[in-house]
Amino acid sequence: MDWRRFTIIALVIAIMIGTVVSIGLSQNPPLVIIVSMLATTIAVATPLTLGALSGIYCERAGVVNIGIEGMMLAGAFFGWLGAIYMNTVFHFPAMPSLLAGVIAAILTGAVFSLLHAVLSITFKVDQIIGGTVINILAAGITGFLNRQMFFGAGSVFGGQVPHSPGVLPSIHVPILSSIPVFGRMFEQQPITVAAIILVFVTHLVLFYTRWGLRTRAVGEHPRAADTVGINVIRMRYMNVIIGGCMAGLAGGYLTLESISSFEPLMSNGRGFIALAAMIFGNWTPFGAWAAALVFGAAQAMQINLQFFRALIPPQLAALQNSYVVGLSPYLLTMIILTGVIGRTTPPAADGKPYEK
Amino acid sequence: MADNPIVLEAKDITKQFPGVLANDHVNFDLRKGEIHALLGENGAGKTTLMNVLYGLYLPDSGEILVNGAPATIHSSKDSIDLGIGMVHQHFMLIPVFSVAENIMLGDETVKTGLLDRQTVAAKVRELSHNYGLDVDPFAKVGELSVGTQQRVEIIKTLYREAQIIILDEPTAVLTPQEVEGLFRIMRELTRRGVSIIFITHKLKEVLAVADRITVMRAGRVVGSTTPHETDEAKLASMMVGRDVILTVRKAEAKPAAEVLRVEDLHVEDDRGLEAVRGISFDVHAGEILGVAGVQGNGQTELAEALSGLRPLKSGKVMLAGKDVTGRPPRPITEAGLGHIPEDRQRHGLVLSETVADNMVLCSYYLPPFARHAIVQPAAVDENARKLIEEYDVRTPSPYVPAGKLSGGNQQKVIVARELSRPVKLLLASQPTRGLDVGSIEYIHKEIVAMRDRGVGVLLISAELDEILSLADRIAVMYRGQIMQIMNARETNKEVLGLLMAGVKEPASAA
Amino acid sequence: MQSAEEKGTTNRLRGVLDALLVPVLAIITALIVGGLIIWAVGGNAIAAYKALVQGAFGSPRALSETAVWSTPYIFAGLAVAFAFKGGLFNIGAEGQLALGAVAAALIGYALPVWLGIQLSPFIHIPLAVGMGILAGAIWAAIPGALKAYTGAHEVINTIMMNYIALNITSFLLNGPMKDPDPLNVVARTPPIALSARIPPIFPHLRVHWGFVLALLVAVFVWWILQKTTLGREIRTVGANPDAAKYAGINVKRMIIVTMAISGALAGLAGAIEVTALNYRHELGFSIGYGFDAIAIALLGKSNPFGVVLAAILFGAMRNGATRMQFVTQIPVDIISVIQALILLFVAADAIVRYIYRIRAPQDRVVLTRGWGG
Repeated sequence: MDWRRFTIIALVIAIMIGTVVSIGLSQNPPLVIIVSMLATTIAVATPLTLGALSGIYCERAGVVNIGIEGMMLAGAFFGWLGAIYMNTVFHFPAMPSLLAGVIAAILTGAVFSLLHAVLSITFKVDQIIGGTVINILAAGITGFLNRQMFFGAGSVFGGQVPHSPGVLPSIHVPILSSIPVFGRMFEQQPITVAAIILVFVTHLVLFYTRWGLRTRAVGEHPRAADTVGINVIRMRYMNVIIGGCMAGLAGGYLTLESISSFEPLMSNGRGFIALAAMIFGNWTPFGAWAAALVFGAAQAMQINLQFFRALIPPQLAALQNSYVVGLSPYLLTMIILTGVIGRTTPPAADGKPYEK
Repeated sequence: MADNPIVLEAKDITKQFPGVLANDHVNFDLRKGEIHALLGENGAGKTTLMNVLYGLYLPDSGEILVNGAPATIHSSKDSIDLGIGMVHQHFMLIPVFSVAENIMLGDETVKTGLLDRQTVAAKVRELSHNYGLDVDPFAKVGELSVGTQQRVEIIKTLYREAQIIILDEPTAVLTPQEVEGLFRIMRELTRRGVSIIFITHKLKEVLAVADRITVMRAGRVVGSTTPHETDEAKLASMMVGRDVILTVRKAEAKPAAEVLRVEDLHVEDDRGLEAVRGISFDVHAGEILGVAGVQGNGQTELAEALSGLRPLKSGKVMLAGKDVTGRPPRPITEAGLGHIPEDRQRHGLVLSETVADNMVLCSYYLPPFARHAIVQPAAVDENARKLIEEYDVRTPSPYVPAGKLSGGNQQKVIVARELSRPVKLLLASQPTRGLDVGSIEYIHKEIVAMRDRGVGVLLISAELDEILSLADRIAVMYRGQIMQIMNARETNKEVLGLLMAGVKEPASAA
Repeated sequence: MQSAEEKGTTNRLRGVLDALLVPVLAIITALIVGGLIIWAVGGNAIAAYKALVQGAFGSPRALSETAVWSTPYIFAGLAVAFAFKGGLFNIGAEGQLALGAVAAALIGYALPVWLGIQLSPFIHIPLAVGMGILAGAIWAAIPGALKAYTGAHEVINTIMMNYIALNITSFLLNGPMKDPDPLNVVARTPPIALSARIPPIFPHLRVHWGFVLALLVAVFVWWILQKTTLGREIRTVGANPDAAKYAGINVKRMIIVTMAISGALAGLAGAIEVTALNYRHELGFSIGYGFDAIAIALLGKSNPFGVVLAAILFGAMRNGATRMQFVTQIPVDIISVIQALILLFVAADAIVRYIYRIRAPQDRVVLTRGWGG
């Protein structure tokens, strides 16, 4: 990850924030808009950051994972189901229910990633097909259970969506959150905070520990790792499952932190965009986070533009149309993948099953 | 030496793969402080035996004794623990890691949970000093020369305190001078009590460095001897099972008109670095121009550029009077190029397609194989049956996927396809790499026959012996440039070896 | 496949049976697991499957509806299978299909207005359908070109193009192309002109000539792939792009052509839905076709005739599910789960082979060649 790339990312984010500031100028002071944009950017980037970290663990170990989308969706559903179950059926208070939901989301990710590991590592199914199976399976199961559990007659919740326990409350980072104006950026909800911590942890693990060295060895040249006594299969399994936990947590963000409901197919391509962030970030945690923030900023821009809709000048009328602004993350992803902003190199054995 | 204790013994090792008996009751032993050469052709079962000793394969039956005690080796970890180290033919190094990271991998030093790179580097420096193996622990392995990478591999085994080191075809990628350097290191290691198994198919090297020689053929040990009791011809017939003519018989070349002219060619490699840096030469009909050089000096890029597989940066290429500079493969093929590619499984064949289809890989769109863009199976069938017969391709049917054939027969499919077309220039890149002696002899004979029929041949090979026995003129490539082009009769291995290492003869340097 | 003329009829029959064995066992296994799921949520699996079969095949009407459901599945399944043959993974059939539908609808309702004349069906239908084909082809050729010239992986790009197509369709159907009928509140186009409508085969049944066209197109796709030099080039690029380049094939162009044909087939699916069934395009009708098409292509082993069988199976399940939900209260969504399970067992045929102790795995499909970034 080079400085040129970080500079481009900073520039793109600055342009997006600048657009909103210039439009909202007459209603709010620039600093307030900037801080609000940054706070929203960090928050909405969370599932992308976690999804990208998920991809990094898998692909650094040599397993391509396009099933992150499905793992996220399943994590979102079962996390939400777990929280509601605890709250409605066992009458736990909201907070413990939500935490149970988070754990359920993570475990869901782990279970689905275990399936991906079995398919791609043990049965050596083409990894892109394996990931697609995960995506279709997750869409099918969540769609079916959503209908069966909440709308089906005779289900646990008696055919109606039960009262939700709400969302995870914000954490006020000590000292930082008391800074005037900027403090707002440091009032974030727990999964968002966890995602940022995980970026640092992943960097440390990957580049400074035995685990990381072995993981990268397995993803670059599994046979070389095998000849020095490293268990390639085990390393790949473990990393895919760790990645699955991250994807599950990203799903938890959607239903336990962002909003308190589940919609079929609500992951809405975030798993794939996260992969683009991972690629743009050259398979490094900080790079991927920076790329995720670009997508976050695009979404924050969309949200803020809705807010300032009336103020958009007629020459920028396109920005009024939510469909046009809504295209930006997808177009951005495609531009990034062309490599015009700089090419990146995947791990050498990425996507290749290990044949002993 | 004969009294030294036996440190490693393999008894009655048998290993069966689907369709192949790779090791058939093989017995082998190694004494302390000796260099024991294991000689055999490609596919004789040497590497299988070593992979059994190193724990990469489990034998179907047989026993391994280390220092007299039965050993169970289920993984490479077990063999490392028993003091066995292996330097693989294809290096087991990770290009993006540093030397220290590569060496410590699997046996990491950790301080408070984090990797301790400094301690490892210090130990690497100590080892490299003790054994005269000069490397920088913080250099990135991908940026090191092949010879240096091999030193890293040897240090890797010493770092794990290996007492037995297996060297699998270690000289394949070295210049003659680097080979000498490796032999010195091997002798130094044995002087310090390390025992070495030296796997090779090169007779001269065995005679130069080994204390004992064991020869394998078709999965079996056919005999053991010492360099004093044998010579090249005896070893060759043990290895192949019949008398082998070590030189290719060929008449004097009768060069005619020019078929290939290359002027100031520049080509970049995959990383965008210039791999071919200003090459000019020509090939005439009826002669073989051999391009010698250590692998990785731009030969691959040269061949790919000439055949249109790789874009050229600048320069000019004339094929049979036509300017084909920068053209894609099809017009070059149509201008009269036959190409035996270096990597036959990557470029030369579609392994999942049938032999018959592979035999029209480059001409499927031409009559009689296709009419009005419709394929004509009958013509494809007829062509395949004719070529299989003519070139003695061993295949159960023309409709077997090419991937099911042996390496030698796969190469014959390519040779048959390329030589049966009306070609003016044959570009043969490493045409016999990895083949058995029978196939090598056959392909050499065909190449010479092509020359005698008036085809120009550009032969690129890393095997100096192959170049010396086939070529009429020899060009030596070093770092993307041609050091010198000379008449084959007016040169010898020593001169070529120096040129391959980048050293010009005093006469031409002056 | 090439050896067909070599082998005797017995061998050929045996080859077909071998090829069918694993998919059939995968379907059976998926139905068993699906039954366990139905049982786990308190349903009666036998009753559910019985209702499913009745709903799919129990009457002429049921058969007609199964054919109606199968038609877009055949086209879209062929689209994905065609790309597979060229070594490409088109996850974007969904978006290509939607745009094909939009384009066909636009020509269908607007062209007579623009020209101000009545069109003959023999001109109007081909124009509308052709526009749908073109839209799908262009939409798929874009990720194809990006792959060919920048190495950007088509999997992510076709998915991104799906979302972009969804946004464009939403925009058009809520804006410029919205049905101006004052009673209309949903995102849909006006109905297409009578002259652009493909008629049903039988009166009072919805099955239309598009189903017959789908079967003919399957034969055509098989012919292209197996009998023409174009097909040979596409298959060679799919099997080994390096060897294809060596063989003088323009690999970049072939990637774009393959994607364009694949997209054309998906666009055709959308165009037929509009011109032969719905007579307009409505937002949300096509949700899920793209992923189902992948499952169908994999179940059919990318063989055009296998795709037809798989598509009819999927169509029958979707059609029968309505009756199943009506009779047994099991949500139709269980079909998505069963389809995902079929896909799982087909993709990981090693699992099926292990369960039923069948040996000899075939050559594996390889699509993952890194991200090419």
